[in-house]
Amino acid sequence: MESNRKTELQRIATNVRLGIIEAVYNAASGHPGGSLSIADVLTYLYFEEMNIDPKNPKMENRDRFVLSKGHTSPALYATLANRGFFPVEDLKTFRKLGSYLQGHPDMKGVPGVDMSAGSLGLGISSACGMALSAKYNKKDYRVYAAIGDGESEEGQVWEAAMFAAHYKLDNLCVVLDYNGLQIDGPVAEVIGPAPFDSKFEAFGWNVIKINAHDFDEIEAAFKAARECKGKPTLILANSVKGKGVSYMENKCEWHGAAPKTDLYEVAVNDLNAILDSLN
Amino acid sequence: MADTMATRDAYGKALVELGEKYDFVVLDADLAAATKTCNFKKAFPDRFFDCGIAEGNMMSVAAGIAATGQLVFASSFAMFAAGRAFEQVRNSIGYPHLNVKIGATHAGITVGEDGATHQCNEDIALMRTIPGMTVICPADAVSARAAVEAAILHNGPVYMRFGRAPVPIIYGDNYKFELGKGTVLADGKDVTVVATGITVFMALQAREKLVAEGIDAAVIDISTIKPIDEELLVKYAKKTGKIVTCEEHSVIGGLGGAVSEVLSEKCPTKIKRVGINDTYGSSGKAFEVAAHYGISAEHIYNAVKGIV
Repeated sequence: MESNRKTELQRIATNVRLGIIEAVYNAASGHPGGSLSIADVLTYLYFEEMNIDPKNPKMENRDRFVLSKGHTSPALYATLANRGFFPVEDLKTFRKLGSYLQGHPDMKGVPGVDMSAGSLGLGISSACGMALSAKYNKKDYRVYAAIGDGESEEGQVWEAAMFAAHYKLDNLCVVLDYNGLQIDGPVAEVIGPAPFDSKFEAFGWNVIKINAHDFDEIEAAFKAARECKGKPTLILANSVKGKGVSYMENKCEWHGAAPKTDLYEVAVNDLNAILDSLN
Repeated sequence: MADTMATRDAYGKALVELGEKYDFVVLDADLAAATKTCNFKKAFPDRFFDCGIAEGNMMSVAAGIAATGQLVFASSFAMFAAGRAFEQVRNSIGYPHLNVKIGATHAGITVGEDGATHQCNEDIALMRTIPGMTVICPADAVSARAAVEAAILHNGPVYMRFGRAPVPIIYGDNYKFELGKGTVLADGKDVTVVATGITVFMALQAREKLVAEGIDAAVIDISTIKPIDEELLVKYAKKTGKIVTCEEHSVIGGLGGAVSEVLSEKCPTKIKRVGINDTYGSSGKAFEVAAHYGISAEHIYNAVKGIV
């Protein structure tokens, strides 16, 4: 990837992370850890990969995205806001009574949200349905989804994996945000769903492993996914939970907790320092 | 009695007939031969998708299909459509109010020989608590066919409840199904029997005996359980002062529950509920097992005698 473009994506992703912190801090509630870990992937999807139009969020032949790990809605909302679907200022209303920015994504209320999801395991199936519908209706749009590593403990993820391979949904690309942590502790200690690569391969998927915070690798993976025919693609994205905020990185306790004012300021300073380093 | 047909058979036939007229796809979870979506699969192989034995996935897949603007039916047994997949129906389909039509067959105790694990007596209760969900329980093959088309023409999620066992055809060519409207099958002034699904023909049988004894019983078919026909219920509560509800479902949360909710607030009336009395069923022939658990024309007759 050309270096100016990469720097620009890094800058946008950092603004997305600032949006995540802003949303969660103002709500005094929400899930920053897994939002920060998926921020680079969402930035790439909405600023490079997907055929979408912020002025026409319901465009018929648009590419679709389903945030199956819906508790990380701050990442999706901050990405959509930075992309121009709605004002960045509205992120401050997240999780508040009367706001359209619900705790988990609501397709009826948020411009750019293609599917309501967040009860774990359900979104990946809905993405399969969208991809199947595209094939049935002979449309060329692609369908993307993000699932969590902890989420993959849900049996429905594997029902969907079976379904997507059976119907050869090569227009479906699922990113597994492998940050290694869930609410009760390290994923490996809670129930140990790994290895994901050989499991998805055994289910008939094309599997690509990347560093979730490297835009060269993200770009290469989505390109390879487009080129893969006859099977769905899983991008196994090795990520850092809490990425970009010093005290949140690799810390399980920031899965579902909001920072108070002092730590909010530390987070904003951390992210502003990243922005400064990109200039 | 007249000809008989299971409402699941009417559903299967309706899908094929209406498949010519409307653009929809059909999902099933390895029960096509039983739910009768196999007819549609045979007629329109490119529009049928088997999801395998994974009902939760099927419901969320259906939601995804509907989210792209494609009309879709999803079928399984009531136990799995409403029971196993309750949360997917609630969160993937109900919450975003997606245009998915759920065709649930083998509802109620007349599943018969398969026994308690497959006799779903709770699906009406489960489905009608989902905001925006329409719940339909047709009495016979004619009503079932009409209900399928009404569901297609309605924009939003619909749960349709069909049975495995053949039941008498009670409606003729002039029958019209109207979503949210009950049908007065017989007028009366002493008591009103409010029935749904396969208990409607039983209610008519009970009425013959009651009339012979000088008890003038009205019979109403509530084919749409949600939204329920409040106006008609209040009218007959006022007119007859006594109500007997009957259903092939638990007396908790089904038609009896829905009627009690409406009338306790709008027109307090003495009500007796006929249905499954908070218990599991067991194996047996469809109508033998139904009668064993309290669902037959005789039980309805006795309930009326107990209330008038």
